[in-house]
Formats: sequence, structure tokens, C-alpha cells
Amino acid sequence: MENEQKNIQLNSHGQLCHFLSIDGLDREMLTEILDTADSFIKVGERSVKNVPLLRGRTVTNLFFEPSTRTRTTFELAAKRLSADVLNLDINTSATSKGESLLDTLRNLEAMGSDLFVVRHADSGAAHFIAEQVTPNVAVVNAGDGRHAHPTQAMLDMLTIRRHRGEFENLRIAIVGDILHSRVARSQLTALNMLGAGEVRVIAPGTLLPSNLDAFDVKIHNRLSEGLKDVDVVIMLRLQRERMKGALIPSEREFYQTYGLTSETVAYAKPDAIVMHPGPINRGVEIASSVADGSQSLILNQVSYGIAVRMAILSMCASGQTRTAGSQE
Amino acid sequence: MNIDISVDEVVEELSTDLERYLNDKGISNPGIVGIHTGGVWVAERLHQKLNTQMPLGSLNISFYRDDFTRIGLHPRVTPSELPFEIEGQHIVLVDDVIMSGRTIRAALNELFDYGRPASVTLVVLVSLEGRELPVQPDLSGVHLPRTDGMRIKLEGPEPLQLISKQPSR
Repeated sequence: MENEQKNIQLNSHGQLCHFLSIDGLDREMLTEILDTADSFIKVGERSVKNVPLLRGRTVTNLFFEPSTRTRTTFELAAKRLSADVLNLDINTSATSKGESLLDTLRNLEAMGSDLFVVRHADSGAAHFIAEQVTPNVAVVNAGDGRHAHPTQAMLDMLTIRRHRGEFENLRIAIVGDILHSRVARSQLTALNMLGAGEVRVIAPGTLLPSNLDAFDVKIHNRLSEGLKDVDVVIMLRLQRERMKGALIPSEREFYQTYGLTSETVAYAKPDAIVMHPGPINRGVEIASSVADGSQSLILNQVSYGIAVRMAILSMCASGQTRTAGSQE
Repeated sequence: MNIDISVDEVVEELSTDLERYLNDKGISNPGIVGIHTGGVWVAERLHQKLNTQMPLGSLNISFYRDDFTRIGLHPRVTPSELPFEIEGQHIVLVDDVIMSGRTIRAALNELFDYGRPASVTLVVLVSLEGRELPVQPDLSGVHLPRTDGMRIKLEGPEPLQLISKQPSR
């Protein structure tokens, strides 16, 4: 059963056909995604940025939770692959979850959608949908609850690889609200899988999840120690909307202890790169001088996000077609 | 299996033919564009022999293939490199082997995404029977018949050697 769960992302030829989480994939697959994304970056530099790979296919963005960057970059990625794009922002508050999800799905399938990009507040939602869709339809996870945000993790890996080279030699620190971050979970899995030299998380005890021992990661509570000799600093957004109870004394105090400022960024290597999945809270986890400074790659991450999503959409589309072919 | 044809000699003849062809058409300074990977090797040699001021271009048509959903995507796609304006430019498009014509169809599609060329001349090293589209080269080094679903490939870059493969069944 467990095995089956893992393999739902791969077709019988071992190719990607859904993209739900980094778990269940391997280093080779992650590298293939990064290589493919690299090729698409070059396409994005041309005056005509579209290629006809997904012409005639329909990509549906199924967003049960608000999003700006992820939704728009998925839309742009699909359009650059020449797909037709349908954007649905669904308010779940009025309906009972399981039923409405399936109903929505059946309706969209009836409209001939070939790929679903799903964001949902419940962990496992994308996986659930992938189990329910008819064969030949691909599902891509654009963030589910606290579980995973694998395309964000992959665009972060692409950013690191393009700006700092191979992972083996790198020291990487993830700073801030690890507890509520599906991005951090996907990043840790991906970094371990890609063989990153040393991975650290830096956070107060109240913002650390209990299951960190599943990862090869060093835990630090102090920014000055955690950032020492680091090549890559990944800041996370403080997710106040997900916090029940007082996990931190105040935003002000959090900023003083864990905020990345011109002073604290100096703990890392002088040429360290600074990343953030966005949206950034200026003055809460990062200072404007750092977010807009020369070490920041925050806007590069957004551009790479398009290329990574083009890679994943086209690989999944191709993987689904081959599954169908092999059954005939 | 190696094919007993001297690629260097064929390219030599091809470059003479191309020079004459372009002269007749009144085209000077064409932009030479090779199709990855074999076409680029042939284009490099034609580029050296032809007196053109334009740098060499290359096209990788992986994102324009019509069989992408059947054979999948090659992860490391060497990007296309067109170091000159396509708009209004006379182009010499070069490939190693033409068979079905689908590669050329894809290459023309990609070329037009960069601009509207004044003309496109198609030059191939080998013209193999088996066209599936109405695409014919303007110049070709050798014509070969196609027996038993044979495929021909150019190996290189140094030396260039044509090999034939029978489909494995």
C-alpha cells in the first residue's frame, strides 16, 4: 500500500506523470526536472517565449486557497507551452469538502481538462485528486496544507544550482517559521535527496516541527551560530494566519532575534545568496536593505518558477501519454 | 554499419553547389543555421568554406517536435543560438539527413518564432526516401533509397561518418 502511494507519481516506464511531493522521487528525477527547467530558461530569454509542446491541451488551475505568485507563474508556464488555461479560485467555506472536491473534479474533467494544478488547505488534497482522476489526466501539487509545496522547492533548488553550483559543496540554512511551512518540508526533502553538503534550520523552539529527525539537518536556535559560513540563506515567511496561540512574543521581537538584516546577513559567507519564497514581510523576517540588496535572488526565484513549472507540466503531460500508450 | 561515403568530399561538393546556387539567386551574406546535432556539424563546415560575414546559427527543435507526447522530452536541450536578426535575412538551413521532413517542419516553425526571413534555402547532406510531408531540399549531397525501414545518422564531430541502422524488431 505504501509502495503504491509512492509510485502514483511515476508511470510504468518510471517517468513523471503526476507531481505531488518530492517524497517518492529520486535524485535522478529531480536532476532531470532541473535540467529540463534550465532548457526552458533559455526559451524565456527569446522575444517569442512560447513553444508548442502542450498545444491543444487544457491546464486547469484549481486554487482552493489564495495565491498570487504560484498561480500566475503556473498560468504563464502553461501559456508558454501553448496550452489553454482555465483559472478557478474556489471558496470552500460553503461546501463539505470531500464531496464538493469530487463534484468539481468530474465537471472539469467533462470539460476536457488534461492537467490539474491544485492548491488546497488540506494536506494530501492533491494526492487525493490524483487518485480520483481518470487515466491520462495529470495532477500537479501547488501547495497542500502544511504538507508540501514541491514546485516551490524545485525552483529554489534551481536557483541554488544556477547561482552556487553543485549541492555537495554547499552549506544551506533555512530560517524562520519552519513549523507552518510546507515549503520548508519540501526543501529539506529535496536538499537531502540532492546531496546538499550541510543543511541547517534556524528557528525558535516553538516554530520547529517535531518530525525534523526524519531529515539530515542540523538545528540552530541562534542566528549568529546558524548562519556561520553558510552559502545559501533561505528565509521563510512568518505565517501568523496559521498560528494558534502565542508561538512568538511579538513580530518585533522575532525580527530582533531572527530577522535578516544588513548586520545579521554578515554572519554568512560574504558572497552568500539570500532567498525567500514570498510573499515577504519586510521588517518581520527580512529587512528591505537585504531583500532588495545585491545578495538577494528573490525576484530571480520568481522567473525560475516559470521555467520549473514549464518543465514539470510538460514532463507530466508526456508521462501521462506514455502510460496510455503502454496500456494499448 | 558505416556507409562507404566520404563525408568530407560530399560537403566539399555541397559547398561549391551552394555557392553557385546563392550566386544565381543573388543572395550574399546568408545566415547559415544548422539543426542539432548533425546539421550543426555540416553547417560549421559550409560556414568555413562560404565567404559570409554572418556568425553561425544553430537550432534545437526539441520543443517543436510533433512526437513529443510519444517519445517524451529530452532533459538537456542545448538551446538554439541565432546570433543575428532573422527578420528580413536570407537563411541557409542545414541538416544532416532529411527523411520524413518533420524535423524541417519543426525547424521552420521555430525559425519563424524569431522573425520573418527573406528566404530559406534548405541544404542537406543526405536525402533519404520516406517523405511524409511536402518538404524537399534545395540542395542535397547524396540521394539514398530506403530499404527495410533503414535509418541513417551522421556521427561526429571529428571525423564525420555516416552510419546506417536497421530498426530492431
